Amino acid sequence: MNNSEHDGQTFVRLPTDPNDRVHEDQPTRDELLDWWRDRFGISREFLAEFSFWEKGRGKVWAFHADTESPVRVEGLGMSVLRTRGDHWKPTTNAVQRFGHRATENVIELTRERAEAFVAGEDQEISWDGDWGYLIAAHELAGDREPLGVGLYLHGELRSQIPKGRRRDL
Amino acid sequence: MEVLDRYEPLIEDFEAFRDACERPLPSVVRVNTIKTDPDRAREALAEAGIEVDPCEWHPGLFRLPENQPGANWPYYHGWLHGQEEVSAVPATVLDPAPGDRVWDACAAPGSKTTQLSALMDDRGLLVATDNNLGRISALRSNAERLGVTNVAVTREDARNHSLKPWESKDYDAALVDAPCSCEGTVRKNPDTLDEWTIEHVEGIAGTQKGILRRAVQATREGGHVVYSTCTFAPEENEAVLDHVLDAEPCHLVEYDLPLDHATGVTEWDGERFDESVRRAKRIYPHHNDTGGFFCAKLEVTG
Repeated sequence: MNNSEHDGQTFVRLPTDPNDRVHEDQPTRDELLDWWRDRFGISREFLAEFSFWEKGRGKVWAFHADTESPVRVEGLGMSVLRTRGDHWKPTTNAVQRFGHRATENVIELTRERAEAFVAGEDQEISWDGDWGYLIAAHELAGDREPLGVGLYLHGELRSQIPKGRRRDL
Repeated sequence: MEVLDRYEPLIEDFEAFRDACERPLPSVVRVNTIKTDPDRAREALAEAGIEVDPCEWHPGLFRLPENQPGANWPYYHGWLHGQEEVSAVPATVLDPAPGDRVWDACAAPGSKTTQLSALMDDRGLLVATDNNLGRISALRSNAERLGVTNVAVTREDARNHSLKPWESKDYDAALVDAPCSCEGTVRKNPDTLDEWTIEHVEGIAGTQKGILRRAVQATREGGHVVYSTCTFAPEENEAVLDHVLDAEPCHLVEYDLPLDHATGVTEWDGERFDESVRRAKRIYPHHNDTGGFFCAKLEVTG
C-alpha cells in the first residue's frame, strides 16, 4: 500500500490509527475532524457522516458514502482540503458545501466586497480575528452564504477563488 | 430536417412537430436542492432582477426570461444548473431514495448525475461512469460546483462495468441515459441532423443494447432501471427495449409523467416489438415546447 501515494488514481482512506500513516505528514481521521472544529467550528458530529480519503499526497476528499479501501477510480466525493505544508487549506467547493455550519473565522463581506472577492481581487480590510485561511461569506436571499476561501495577512484579504471560478457579478 | 420525415407515420400533428423543431429552445435551470430550495433560489434571482416561471410539472425547474444576464449570484453559489426541461425527466422517473446504491451508466457531463444526487439528499452511493476523460472532467467540475459528495466517478465502457470497487454488491437502481443520435436536441443544435445516417443509428443501437443489459445485470431483483434517449428513432428506443426484455430478467413498468407525451410504438419498419413497450413514453417538441425525449422504466425480476 505504500506505493499508493504515487498513484494518482488510487484513493486511500485516512487512517484512524496514527501508526497506519502511509507517509509521515498524512493526517489521521481524528486530526482532520479536529481541524475543521478548531479552525471553523464545524462539528465533528456533522462531519462524522463522511468517509475521508487521500489521493496523491496531501489532497483530501470527503465521500458521503463508504466502500473498501483502497479504491482506484477517477473521483470519490469532493476534494475538500490540502494538507501539504504548514497550513491546511480548504477548497472553495468544501467551503461552499460545509461553510454554513462554520462559527469561527468567517469574514462577512458587503455586496461590493463580495463582488471584488469572487472576481479574484485582494483587498484591504480590517479583521481582528486569526490570520490565515478564512471563510468569506455574504448575505444572499436573507441568509449568510459562503463564497470561498480568503487568506488574511497584514490587513489584506487575498481571494483564493480559482481562476476558473472567478466571476464578474 | 428531412431526416425527421421518416417519423410522420408515428406523430400526431406532424406540422406542429416540424414547426416546433425549427424554433429555438427556452432556457431552463434546475434548482440544486443540495445547496438551497426553489423559494430561496427564486428570491435570489429576483434580487438580481431576474423573474422566472416555474415549469408546472416540476417545482425545481425555472424557465428563464430571454436575455437574462449570464452571471448571477445563485449560479455562482451552485444553486442553479442549466438543464433542458425534458432532460430532468429520467432522474425523477427513477426517483432514488436517500441511502440507495445507484449507478449512472452514461453520466457525463453530469446534469442527471447531480439531479440524482439531489434526489438522494447527497447520501448513499452514486457511481457515475463515462468512458471519455474530457467529459469526466466536466462531470467532476459540475458535481463539485453543485456540492455533490456522494458520487464516485469511474472511467469505463459501461458495457463492461465492474462492481468490484463497490464490494461487488448490486445496485438498487440504475439510469441508462444512452448515447444516441440526438434527433431530439435539434432545437438546441440545428446541425445535429447533418451527419445523420441510418448506419450510425443501427451501430449505436448495438451499444445501447449492451449498456442496458449490463445495467439490468448490475441491479438487484426488484430494483429499477430507467432507459432514456434524446432521440425519436425506434431502432434506438423500443427496439432496444424489445431486445433487452428477451435477453435479461426484467419487465417494463407503468409510471406517471405529468407532461404531455405519446406512448411507445409497437411496430416500425416492418418489425413488431413486445406489446409492453407501449409503457415507454415519447415526448415530442410540440407537446410541451421542449426538446424531444424517450423514457422507459424497467423492473428487474431476478
